[in-house]
Amino acid sequence: MSDLRELYQEVIIDHNRHPRNFYKMEDATQQIDGINPLCGDKITIYLKVVDNVIQEASFQGTGCAISIASASLMTDSLPGKTIQFVEAIFKKFHDFITATDKPTNTEELGKLNVLGGVRDYPARIKCATLAWHALHAALNESSEPVSTEDKSL
Amino acid sequence: MMVSDVEATTTAPALDIDALRRDFPILQRRIHGKPLVYFDNAATSQKPQVVIDCLDNYYKHYNSNIHRGVHTLSQEATAAYEGARHKIQHFLNAKSPKEIVFVRGTTEAINLVANSYGRTNIGQDDEIILSEMEHHANIVPWQLLCEQTGAKLKIIPINDQGELLLDKYAELFTPKTKLVAIVHVSNALGTINPIQSMVKIAHQHGVPVLVDGAQATPHMKVDVQALDCDFYTLSSHKMYGPTGVGALYVRQSILEDMPPYQGGGEMIQWVTFEKTTFNEIPFRFEAGTMPIADAIAFGTAIDYLQSIGLDRISQREQALLHYAEQQAADFPGLRIIGTAQHKASILSFLLDSIHAHDVGTILDNEGIAIRTGHHCAMPVMQHFHVPATARASFSFYNTFAEIDQLFEALHKVREVFAR
Ligand SMILES: Cc1ncc(COP(=O)(O)O)c(C=O)c1O
Repeated sequence: MSDLRELYQEVIIDHNRHPRNFYKMEDATQQIDGINPLCGDKITIYLKVVDNVIQEASFQGTGCAISIASASLMTDSLPGKTIQFVEAIFKKFHDFITATDKPTNTEELGKLNVLGGVRDYPARIKCATLAWHALHAALNESSEPVSTEDKSL
Repeated sequence: MMVSDVEATTTAPALDIDALRRDFPILQRRIHGKPLVYFDNAATSQKPQVVIDCLDNYYKHYNSNIHRGVHTLSQEATAAYEGARHKIQHFLNAKSPKEIVFVRGTTEAINLVANSYGRTNIGQDDEIILSEMEHHANIVPWQLLCEQTGAKLKIIPINDQGELLLDKYAELFTPKTKLVAIVHVSNALGTINPIQSMVKIAHQHGVPVLVDGAQATPHMKVDVQALDCDFYTLSSHKMYGPTGVGALYVRQSILEDMPPYQGGGEMIQWVTFEKTTFNEIPFRFEAGTMPIADAIAFGTAIDYLQSIGLDRISQREQALLHYAEQQAADFPGLRIIGTAQHKASILSFLLDSIHAHDVGTILDNEGIAIRTGHHCAMPVMQHFHVPATARASFSFYNTFAEIDQLFEALHKVREVFAR
């Protein structure tokens, strides 16, 4: 069970049970759906972006513990950040959870470090990145739903 | 808790489960250091050594193309391929081997019927009756046909046990109804539908019936003449045979009038640039080089199933299902999705509010393979207002001890999420 505890860290269980920023934002400047067609999961990301800075981020939807915790942690980390900064973090986060060896120097990722356990569960990487792919598309002014099965992802 | 495998099957001449398990080399595998417990049989079954040997033997000894060679190898391959067709015919109790078309599987079989029979017989404002528990393979081809022709779908609703509402079904028929397409055994719920009486009702309205038998043929005897259905589909890979092949049964009088589905070699009689005459049934529907080895090995899988006996398989699997359902009933936080009176050995369930994917990952860590997700039956998920379920599907080669392991592992799932 040791590596399972690595995947399902307490922070993840907690964010799954009590997701942060879990509401529909009425005055969002961007809103986008992220879907995982393999499991039928769907989350909606809401953003309020003013002058290139994310003021507020929230989400709603259904998903596994990994995708809900990831969306919760992500939305928690966004307010006050510039779009460029967030895109850079997304890239770091993506590399972090897909790297074959455990990466070092990941302090920048802060709380997102708890998702490192998915590295050992390739089938679950898409769960951890669903919210981020949706965010990335929203920041690029797309309103088309994002799917984990898009070949470009 | 544990019941011995012998005790539980005393009503049937006892199957030697240990010996049967040895027929399946993959069951020796270990996953994450633990013996594999394979409960994803509804997605695809494992293959016995005789099927693996059959493929090997074909490629080593008589690989060649069929129906078009005068040489020995081609004659041997043709005989084996046509022999497999006869085996399927007898397995389904079809009247003639001409009624059996080799296809890639159930999905292609339904697409063939939609494109060939559908486009000639179904038009603007005509109606096709499906049910709420269909696999996407028996929804999407009809939707595509509707887009092309302007026909419409009508849906038989289900109740909360996962059973079709038959009185509602009878009310759906109108003079515009042209086809009923219905699943025999639901892959998401396990429900066994009363096909015989449903066909009777359809035929009273002069409407033919297609039955998606992908999940029925691995578990029970199917007799297309007794069912009196007009089309029946099956997939080899769910019946202990290879992937890439399956069969479509069509009543001869209907198949005779169906136009080709794909054009190419083998399906023609004579080709000039002015006109092509098509081959007879069933060859008219088998364009190009077919998966010959796989079709032959599909026949071997049918021999294997029949050597055990479908009756004994049903009995064994019902005992496993019953045992699992009893444990499930006492298990805290577990909800079974699909509690029909007549069920095949499929247990779909939810555990507390834990997402099925999380259940699947933790079970995999214990060596237990189950399916998680919407099972290509999203309308079923919508009926039960869930995004996904966990599904354990049992084969005769599974054991009561493995079911105990499943429930022990489910306790571990709850532990992880109880923190
Ligand atoms: C009820 C049902 N219909 C159709 C199919 C599709 O079968 P295949 O993928 O072999 O074409 C399946 C397989 O999952 C099924 O369970």
